[in-house]
Amino acid sequence: MIEGALWRRWMFYNIPLILFVFVLLFPFYWMIVTSFRPDGELYRPWNAVNYMPFWTNKPTFEHFRYLFEETDFGRWMVNTMFIAVTSTLISLFCGVLAGYALARLNFPFAGSLGTMIFITYLVPQTLLFIPLAEIIRNFHLGDTPWSLILTYPTFLIPFCTWLMMGYFKAIPKELEECARIDGASRWKAMLYIIIPIAVPGILSSGIIAFTLSWNEFIYALVFLSSPQEKTVAVGVTSELIRGDVFFWGSLMAGALLGSVPVAIVYSFFVEHYVSGLTGSVKG
Amino acid sequence: MAEVSLHKLNKRFEAFHAVKDVDLQIRDKEFIVLVGPSGCGKTTTLRMIAGLEAVSDGEIRIDDTVVNEVPPMDRDIAMVFQNYALYPHMSVASNMAFGLKMRKFQKAEINERIKRAAGILGIESLLGRKPRQLSGGQRQRVALGRAIVRDPKVFLFDEPLSNLDAKLRVQMRVELKKLHERLGTTAIYVTHDQVEAMTLGDRVVVMKDGVVQQVGEPLELYNNPANRFVAGFIGSPAMNFADVMLTGNGGQVTAEAPGLRIALPPDLADRGRPHLGRKMTLGIRPENIHVAGPSDEAGYCFDAGVEVVEQLGSEILLDTRVGSALFVASIDPTIRVRPHEKLRLALKPERLHLFDAESEKAL
Repeated sequence: MIEGALWRRWMFYNIPLILFVFVLLFPFYWMIVTSFRPDGELYRPWNAVNYMPFWTNKPTFEHFRYLFEETDFGRWMVNTMFIAVTSTLISLFCGVLAGYALARLNFPFAGSLGTMIFITYLVPQTLLFIPLAEIIRNFHLGDTPWSLILTYPTFLIPFCTWLMMGYFKAIPKELEECARIDGASRWKAMLYIIIPIAVPGILSSGIIAFTLSWNEFIYALVFLSSPQEKTVAVGVTSELIRGDVFFWGSLMAGALLGSVPVAIVYSFFVEHYVSGLTGSVKG
Repeated sequence: MAEVSLHKLNKRFEAFHAVKDVDLQIRDKEFIVLVGPSGCGKTTTLRMIAGLEAVSDGEIRIDDTVVNEVPPMDRDIAMVFQNYALYPHMSVASNMAFGLKMRKFQKAEINERIKRAAGILGIESLLGRKPRQLSGGQRQRVALGRAIVRDPKVFLFDEPLSNLDAKLRVQMRVELKKLHERLGTTAIYVTHDQVEAMTLGDRVVVMKDGVVQQVGEPLELYNNPANRFVAGFIGSPAMNFADVMLTGNGGQVTAEAPGLRIALPPDLADRGRPHLGRKMTLGIRPENIHVAGPSDEAGYCFDAGVEVVEQLGSEILLDTRVGSALFVASIDPTIRVRPHEKLRLALKPERLHLFDAESEKAL
């Protein structure tokens, strides 16, 4: 909070904040309005009489009906959920164990191994999908959810590992040492002491991993081809844009429904999420 | 209850030799304190006894069993850490129960032990709380309680009082002493505070640069320090040192420095005689210096210029200049002294210490 005169507070706090919130929320508003707007209004030229770009007086569920009845949108949601949850769980499992090992076990080359894992995270997906496509084809996984469940961890595991490594490092070493003196093996000390304390960190990396795989586009586009196997992101864009015809209403309806699960996950864990990112462990 | 013995114990961290050839016999029920400046290897030694650091060289025995390769969980020890290391996600009772649960104790036995330990420490009302809801002193008690319930062979303390404020530290020090008398468990205590070491320890181990300087009862260290380091480290305010030259005149041996000429008492003179004409270090504690009176022999008196007067109520500390040396004197609080005054001081000859200037060993 800025201290001082009223104009100062408005100048440096309120106005920038309002602008920021507006810029952030406007696309969502646009998405909602468009998804409820009848086609007749959507494709009217901007200089027509009674042109109302920001509001509609005749809201309709037509686009949602189209989405569920004329496309495989329901399937896409189920596919996306299954792929995102499974790949997140795999990545969390590996990331927590790897992060713990890199943070706590003094094995040779631990430091350089950590750096190497980070470097793999920096390889752009737009390059990595080329060799991965070859691998997916050789294993005959193309056009199945497993093509994504097994490739998403290539960027999720390094990400989770790094986040968890930082979190584990912030937990005082004495807690674990004390547990080991108290009679716990290294494994039990990790299970009963370190992991419960790291829950906020695990949740945050889980949420981010879930969001990343939910929104992932390029691998899903390349590895899946039949309409009923697609994820929301790919399905909506490939089935609702035909040539140069954009089904704006249904596109926006699909985008709106597609962002709901992520929003729910975030709002549900928001408190853990914040403390996970700020890494606070109170002893 | 157990004996702990360290034999030629060494710890190397790559190029850094942290603990060098430490030999120590800790008797059953003894409260032993490792003390020294930071980086002297005391904590590393403790961590090796706990099994948290691997031993580079040498042997640790607990009750005649070599434990070098025994994991911490099987050594039957309990440790209290400087930052308490309470498990933040568990209640006080669960914190105390953890070690017993890991050792598969019956529920009734666990509850019984927690109740008893909580009673001893006066924390019965805190059992349901989480560590973050406790004050520093309460956390310290819980950490102690967690160690007590285990009823281990050996207690290890790693500077457990240094996170407490001064008043609480004194109070907890007394409680620790009482607790040890009551439980009688062998305890190894690490601190950098010589007052804690003197008040708590049955015996005190002074360490410096990974080497044990002296092991002994507190008063033994105070009265007969083995070298200049121990002499300066034990006692507060610290011992005064002056570089002197020993000169002989018939049966008399005199320690001389600019502005200072002290006749050595007979026994010290005998020990100093082989070193005539050599540089030595003379040591005298502030509490053994007083304002000279008519009964003081001239040979034990010297002139001092007062620089700073520190009134402590129970005593007055004078920072004085004697020739080129600085002497602190602790004098009777009823005497009025002002800065820049010249004063004639006298010392207790039987309390003089003499150290070799090169080897720093006591004569």
